[in-house]
Amino acid sequence: MIVAEAKPLEEILDSLKGMSKVLVAGCGGCVAVCLAGGEKEVGIMASALRMKRELAGEPLVTVEETLTRQCDPEYVKELGKKLDGVDCILSMACGVGVQFLAEHYPDMWVVPALNTKFAGATIEHGLWEERCGLCGECVLAQTGGVCPVIRCAKSLLNGPCGGSQNGKCEVKPNACAWQLIYDRMKSLGRLEQLVEVAEAKDWSKSRDGGPRQVVREDVKIDG
Amino acid sequence: MGFRDALKSGRTVITTDVIPPKGTDLSKRLASLQEISGRVDGINITDMPSANLRMSALAMSVKVRELGFDPILQITCRDRNRLSLQAELLGAHVLGVSNLLLLSGDDVDKSDHPGVKSVFDLGSVTLIEAARGLEKGHDLGGNAIKGAPDFCVGAALDPDKEPQGAEIDKAWDKIKAGTEFFQTQPIFDVASFASFLEKMGKTEVPIIAGVFLITSAKMARFFNDNVPGVTIPDNIVREFDESADPLKTGVEVTARLARELKEMCAGIHIMMVSDLHNLIPDILKQSRLV
Repeated sequence: MIVAEAKPLEEILDSLKGMSKVLVAGCGGCVAVCLAGGEKEVGIMASALRMKRELAGEPLVTVEETLTRQCDPEYVKELGKKLDGVDCILSMACGVGVQFLAEHYPDMWVVPALNTKFAGATIEHGLWEERCGLCGECVLAQTGGVCPVIRCAKSLLNGPCGGSQNGKCEVKPNACAWQLIYDRMKSLGRLEQLVEVAEAKDWSKSRDGGPRQVVREDVKIDG
Repeated sequence: MGFRDALKSGRTVITTDVIPPKGTDLSKRLASLQEISGRVDGINITDMPSANLRMSALAMSVKVRELGFDPILQITCRDRNRLSLQAELLGAHVLGVSNLLLLSGDDVDKSDHPGVKSVFDLGSVTLIEAARGLEKGHDLGGNAIKGAPDFCVGAALDPDKEPQGAEIDKAWDKIKAGTEFFQTQPIFDVASFASFLEKMGKTEVPIIAGVFLITSAKMARFFNDNVPGVTIPDNIVREFDESADPLKTGVEVTARLARELKEMCAGIHIMMVSDLHNLIPDILKQSRLV
């Protein structure tokens, strides 16, 4: 999932300066799962904003709405009914949702409430960790299901660097990705696979060159 | 007189460019430049245009300087992060290369190294700020440096871009960041350039107008189809179609544009893709720049 976390409240308040009625738009997708922008967080955010603005002597009216997903035109359309008198939408989705709202409501000022962090997973309650670098050409078959592109601090593709010590990475307290790869390949009896030299990665499949698209002619609906 | 003094002199400044070789053989490039000894105020050394591998622009700048020219080192943000860019700036200073044209850089999609990763840690505006910061004795990390460099910092201007609003805003950002001259992308439509200057508003920063030596109709069409931000009008393409001597036509067209542009600019920057610097004296003569 896309993992996000709330921006500092002061930064959000700053982005809402001069606004008197704000639609706080939640998303029921990834950000609800990582407890950053679902229905519950929308309620908490809206009341925190109202309280802060009340204390500052500039009361704020909030409208709360949580869409099933902000990255889907079908659901984004629903928000139109809630925009009466609204000066600004505060999106509690990831960066995709914020942009999708801005694209669908060109006359409306849309600002983010969250910082979009990474594609990752829940490790334990309250802890999420990055797992995928979205590089566009998956190497996990060559590395035993551990991604060196995102889990190695240097994205190295041919074994660990000199900073890997006792299974730990030199820059973070995390495990060295290449130690994880080595251990897993060893336990699966596939160490000979690691002797193969990986070529310099084709980064054209990654984000270089602007936004990427996936086109599936087989599922497109004509007309 | 060096490039910076020429800029300050108030006369029309003449610059040209050279693309470093693919390999170590500099002989043709340097021989071509020797044809214009004493004719130009500065020579831009390009930094791997179109993301095709070439010799380091800094190394070639040093070689060009040894020939008695004042090099203008082009540095792009495509291939280096902020550490490497600042290291390059400091190195340029100690090697006697003080004129800079600081650019964002072409994208890598047409590179001769498919799959290469671009950097763009900084952009042109922040790179200008980095150079000016080093001059003041500190790096981008806020750390003091020992021995500050001194640069003549320039930036690019793309007057053919449509719509022009964002380009004009960016030009003013570059001025704010500390650029002291502009060199433009190739201009083929003088009227449209005049309107760009009017929209941009008055600046004390000298603008050196770019002209490009086109040498065939095929090259003109290639520009129109492949080079973003450069449009060669149909009448010029037709001149090449109808020409029996495209090289002569190229000189005439370039000289005509330079003659008109010099009236509204601080200088003329003559660009080319091949080693045809020997044609520059003719261009200068026909455009009444000598």
